[in-house]
Amino acid sequence: MMRILAIALRNLMRYRRRTLLTTLLITIGVVAVLLFIAVSSSFKSMMIGQITDSMLGHLQIHKKGYVSSIDNLPLHLNMPPKMVDKVSEALAEIDEVEAWSPRVKLGAMFSNFTETTNIRLNGVDPVRESRVSPDLSKRFISGGGDVLVEKGRILVPELIAKGMKVKVGDPVVLVANNKDGSVNGMNFVVQGLLEGISGPGGRDGYIHLDDARTLLRMDDHEVSEIAIRLKGLDHIETAQRQLKASIGILKNKKGKPAFEIHPWEKLSPFSNIAKMIDLMTLFIKIMLVSIVLISVMNVMIMAVYERIREIGTIAAMGTSPGSIRSLFIAEGFLLGLLGAVIGVILSLSLVAVFRYAGISFDFGRQKGLLLQPEIALGDVALAAVMVIIVAILASLQPAWKASCMDPIDALRHV
Amino acid sequence: MKLIFAKNLEKTYSTGEIDVTAITSADFSIDSSSFVSFVGPSGSGKSTLLNMIGCLDRPSGGKLRVLDTDVTTLDRKRGAAFRAKHIGFIFQDFNLIPVLTVFENIEYPLIMVQKWSAEKRRKRVNEMLEAVDMTDQAYKLPSELSGGQKQRVAIARALATHAKLILADEPTANLDHATAYRIINLMKQMRDEFGSTFIFSTHDPKIMEAAEIIYTLEDGVVNLTKGENP
Repeated sequence: MMRILAIALRNLMRYRRRTLLTTLLITIGVVAVLLFIAVSSSFKSMMIGQITDSMLGHLQIHKKGYVSSIDNLPLHLNMPPKMVDKVSEALAEIDEVEAWSPRVKLGAMFSNFTETTNIRLNGVDPVRESRVSPDLSKRFISGGGDVLVEKGRILVPELIAKGMKVKVGDPVVLVANNKDGSVNGMNFVVQGLLEGISGPGGRDGYIHLDDARTLLRMDDHEVSEIAIRLKGLDHIETAQRQLKASIGILKNKKGKPAFEIHPWEKLSPFSNIAKMIDLMTLFIKIMLVSIVLISVMNVMIMAVYERIREIGTIAAMGTSPGSIRSLFIAEGFLLGLLGAVIGVILSLSLVAVFRYAGISFDFGRQKGLLLQPEIALGDVALAAVMVIIVAILASLQPAWKASCMDPIDALRHV
Repeated sequence: MKLIFAKNLEKTYSTGEIDVTAITSADFSIDSSSFVSFVGPSGSGKSTLLNMIGCLDRPSGGKLRVLDTDVTTLDRKRGAAFRAKHIGFIFQDFNLIPVLTVFENIEYPLIMVQKWSAEKRRKRVNEMLEAVDMTDQAYKLPSELSGGQKQRVAIARALATHAKLILADEPTANLDHATAYRIINLMKQMRDEFGSTFIFSTHDPKIMEAAEIIYTLEDGVVNLTKGENP
């Protein structure tokens, strides 16, 4: 086998320029694919991380019908304490759950005593919310503190703070309607300003859960949603399945499901962008396959055509058709291997450079995001193996043609 | 011992609606360790005859036994295996593999065809290099050799596998007369040293004189013109 590879390598070196150009083409393809995967998957991971770790969590549970009306923040679709208890019991049974946080979501009037605007708020338990949304505290552009949000304090989204000209330490008033329609107001002090991020909830304010219930004059400990953080993104399906089996079967008085369970993808439009990125990655991979297939096949067809007499000679000497096939397949394999190895080395070097330098970009209203691309070894191995396999497949037809040649015709070829 | 036995051997090619007869009812036999030449003008059927003996082509009729094997029944794969085991080829254009050195060209059939061990191969190639007086050129590429040197390498390659039968189609056609004569003498010397049977085709009258047995071909008819039909 080594001998066949050695002969194949020499045959490739016989046509140095052609081999070099083909290898270069494969290398460019590999570099393009790996760089695209590195940048796009890092962007995807960064955005998914931002969405799940600072806003949505991995899974959310609501009372049936809440999500379809979520823009109205319907207080009458909050979960009563009994339902929350059921969810709590179910979550305690699931190993994949790392933390969960109850939230009361509400809309309110935000006043700085001279101007008034609307604000969407999350009433949260600061300790539990910090465990579900560990990156929420990273969104502080000013203010903050040891406790995510203290009682009587408010975290104001950046855009509202700018528009209303409020800063950390300023007093503000929140006025909200409870579910019966009566109005209540409470004074708050601005504890911090939050950077706005893309996606639902990315421009919401935060107050303490107890303050939210007081503002809404809730008699019971109702909850609008329960956000769940799992031990990893890859546990979503398992945890969702277990939740469906435990609370998903519970019915309300009308005999319909009492709860709805949504993974983050169903709650954020970014999941569509993520799907588009996956689709584009697939197309880029298809392009790589085409480049390798066409270039290697072209070279191998030429190689067979130019070496017909040589094929006749080795066939006359008694070289089996299988060995002749192996010779040409080995050439295709080496072309693929060479292109893949050089491409991988070059790609990893470029990814390292980009990672060191960072790529600054804007996404929606988020300015100056710094992307540090990285690539999984699995993706690198997959691309390299794909290139080699396609190169072998591309050489099969020319190799087959060579092995089927009649030695006499081949020897007579001019 | 009869190495080759042919009876009523025929070869006809179909070119569209016309059948062209290349060999007509040929009867001949060749003993082992013979030094035989098929002579005749271009198109007389010399190469066709060599191709049939070498299992590269199949007769249209008649009997042909080579080394006690009915080669008319061999399919492509078995034909290749038979050639690999018993037959060596020497070509008019030398047909050395351009990317391999002299050493590697001689070694090629021992690796690709007969799968010898490395040590056995090295010993045999050195033996063949010495036999054809090419030891000092062992690591040159074919492009660095003269025509005569290339043919020496081709002879060494044909004999390396201990082939019992060496078929040489116009082996001297691309050589000057002096070199051609030396090559024919080398082939004869190899026959004496290794006991292989050499059959070559030529239309050069001076070269054919070196043959011990001559079969003349004219319009597909084979006649013994020198030596005895065993």
